[in-house]
Amino acid sequence: MATSLTGSGTTPGTAPARRRRGLPLVRQLRQSVGLQRGMLVAGLVLTAVFLVTALLADVLAPYGFAQLRDAGGAFGAQQPPSGDHPLGTTVGGYDVLSRVVHGTRTALLVIIVAVVLSIFAGVLLGLVSGYFGGWVDRVLVVVCDAIYAFPPLLLAIVVAIVISGGESSLWGGIMAAAISITVIYIPQYFRVVRAEVVRIKAEAYVESAKVIGASNWRIMSRHVLRNATRTLPLILTLNASEAILTLAGLGFLGFGIEQSAAAEWGFDLNRALSDVTSGIWWTSVFPGLAIVLVVLGLTLVGESLNDLADPRLRSRRAAEAGETGEVTVVPGGPLGAGPGGLAGIEEVR
Amino acid sequence: MFVLVTTVFFLMRSTGDPITAALGGRLPAAELAERVREAGYDRPLLVQYAEYLGDLVRLDFGTTLSDRRPVLEVLTTFGAATLELAFYALIVAFVVGVPLGRFAAYARDRWPDAVLRVFAIFCYATPVFFAGMLLKLVFASGLGWLPVAGRASTRSEILIQTSVENPTNIYLVDAVRTGNGEVISDVLQHAVLPAIALGLLTAGVFLRLVRTNVIGTLGMGYVEAARSRGVSERRLLRKHAYRPALIPIVTVMGLQIALLLSGAVLTETTFEWKGLGFQLVQYLQARDFVAVQGMVVLLAVIVAVTNFVVDVIAALIDPRVRY
Repeated sequence: MATSLTGSGTTPGTAPARRRRGLPLVRQLRQSVGLQRGMLVAGLVLTAVFLVTALLADVLAPYGFAQLRDAGGAFGAQQPPSGDHPLGTTVGGYDVLSRVVHGTRTALLVIIVAVVLSIFAGVLLGLVSGYFGGWVDRVLVVVCDAIYAFPPLLLAIVVAIVISGGESSLWGGIMAAAISITVIYIPQYFRVVRAEVVRIKAEAYVESAKVIGASNWRIMSRHVLRNATRTLPLILTLNASEAILTLAGLGFLGFGIEQSAAAEWGFDLNRALSDVTSGIWWTSVFPGLAIVLVVLGLTLVGESLNDLADPRLRSRRAAEAGETGEVTVVPGGPLGAGPGGLAGIEEVR
Repeated sequence: MFVLVTTVFFLMRSTGDPITAALGGRLPAAELAERVREAGYDRPLLVQYAEYLGDLVRLDFGTTLSDRRPVLEVLTTFGAATLELAFYALIVAFVVGVPLGRFAAYARDRWPDAVLRVFAIFCYATPVFFAGMLLKLVFASGLGWLPVAGRASTRSEILIQTSVENPTNIYLVDAVRTGNGEVISDVLQHAVLPAIALGLLTAGVFLRLVRTNVIGTLGMGYVEAARSRGVSERRLLRKHAYRPALIPIVTVMGLQIALLLSGAVLTETTFEWKGLGFQLVQYLQARDFVAVQGMVVLLAVIVAVTNFVVDVIAALIDPRVRY
């Protein structure tokens, strides 16, 4: 992986066939050169590994996530890595490898629920707010700004407590985490969509649709929405990685999902905190690495797409290699979502 | 800010009254009802809300339920500790992020740039608590160079408490006031790992921001003009492209404060740094909503004030920004 990250730009076999040109990602892959291609490919690989692991968790993990014993008796607590337990066992006597593998599933579920909810709510609010304007718009903008400026993790904790009362079953925990993450990210989707809608509202085709007598609802869904959502995939990848970090943070503080209900990396790290002091490394390093790798993968994908969308940042070699063609991969201009998505989204306002 | 205070109040109360939440199950029902009535939590919610706002204006945050201390006192004591940590972290972020970002822009598209960009993404992808745990694993319990947790050793803490009157609770200041070199170095040693763990997160953001902005300004017309006058690339970077690229950092700093505070909660828990974040988690686990509400309000105030200050600074630096 290290070689592909520092990439010399020789990533063979990834050039897609001509007929697949229209597919998303493939075009960006073709457009990228050198380091940027290396980063994009590395990100895609990491993300793919994450997805496959999540789907095949039951097959890949040697034990269940809450399994404490097998035919040979109890696993024992804090066993160092061995043949039976390649990554050792935790202080509670769980198999670390199994928990890391099953953790991908929890993370994926939370991401899916959170992203679906926040896209749905964020897009709808942004659309209504941007299209109709007026006092609704002003109130929504103020509320979203307030939420946006607040420390995200604290907000997540407060929401998690309200939703689940602190106790967490599998779905209770997942929904609590997902909804808290949703609350944090709605403002981002809201802002981006609203900014786009305000811009699109002035376009001639919206004007002409009005003249023809199309209903507001039809204009919103047909003309505005379709054109306003094109930057969303970028925020989506970046937010997915932030969602994992928020979930892990919640778990780490003890507001996550109980160990018997599901495997969650942050919670495992919380339990490993005292191990670290006594020099036991395997209980913390592996779940932590899992978080880092998944976030890294998603961020690399999001970042690369963002860089490719911004002509200022695209590698100079791209131009020298004669890769002209489209100026930006995101129609409607570069998004400029920066680190953590925050800095960039601010500029959109 | 007002929106936040209101939201938090009603969110917190939607789970029931604080006393039942904190003590329910531990007291007989009759006594519980008595306590609830005494504290006035049986009145209509809107009345309580109006009263709460009134108290806030008078800076009366109430008394914590679990250990019966005035919330204001809790806030000032632990707030100072968090402030200290955030300050160290910002120093780390600036010292690491800004020069490296500038260097990455200078070495654009060559291998140092690649390494630095990957480093920046790693900074962002690593949760502060995991970074903190790794640092503890290597430098504290592994090599034994630095203390594992806490803000000072017990000995120094006692020394500070006994010899300093009106402690600021910013340990570095208090340690200097004891005039004891050992205490100062002890306090500093305890700060190293938490500061790095929290600072690296922001350093990654700064690195990328500086890089992007320097590259952006390098393409500006006036830089082009200077280049055609024959100004050397090195000087171009230093004199023409670097300064204007720093302006957006000030703006982003405001946003970073909110993230830094979130990070502080996690870092404080990792390192048992007894600050606002550490205490907040304790109160949350005890369901002490009066204390939590006070802390959340304070954090909202901090965020609002820093954002305002940042706006003012941005306007001072860049005359084009006017409000």
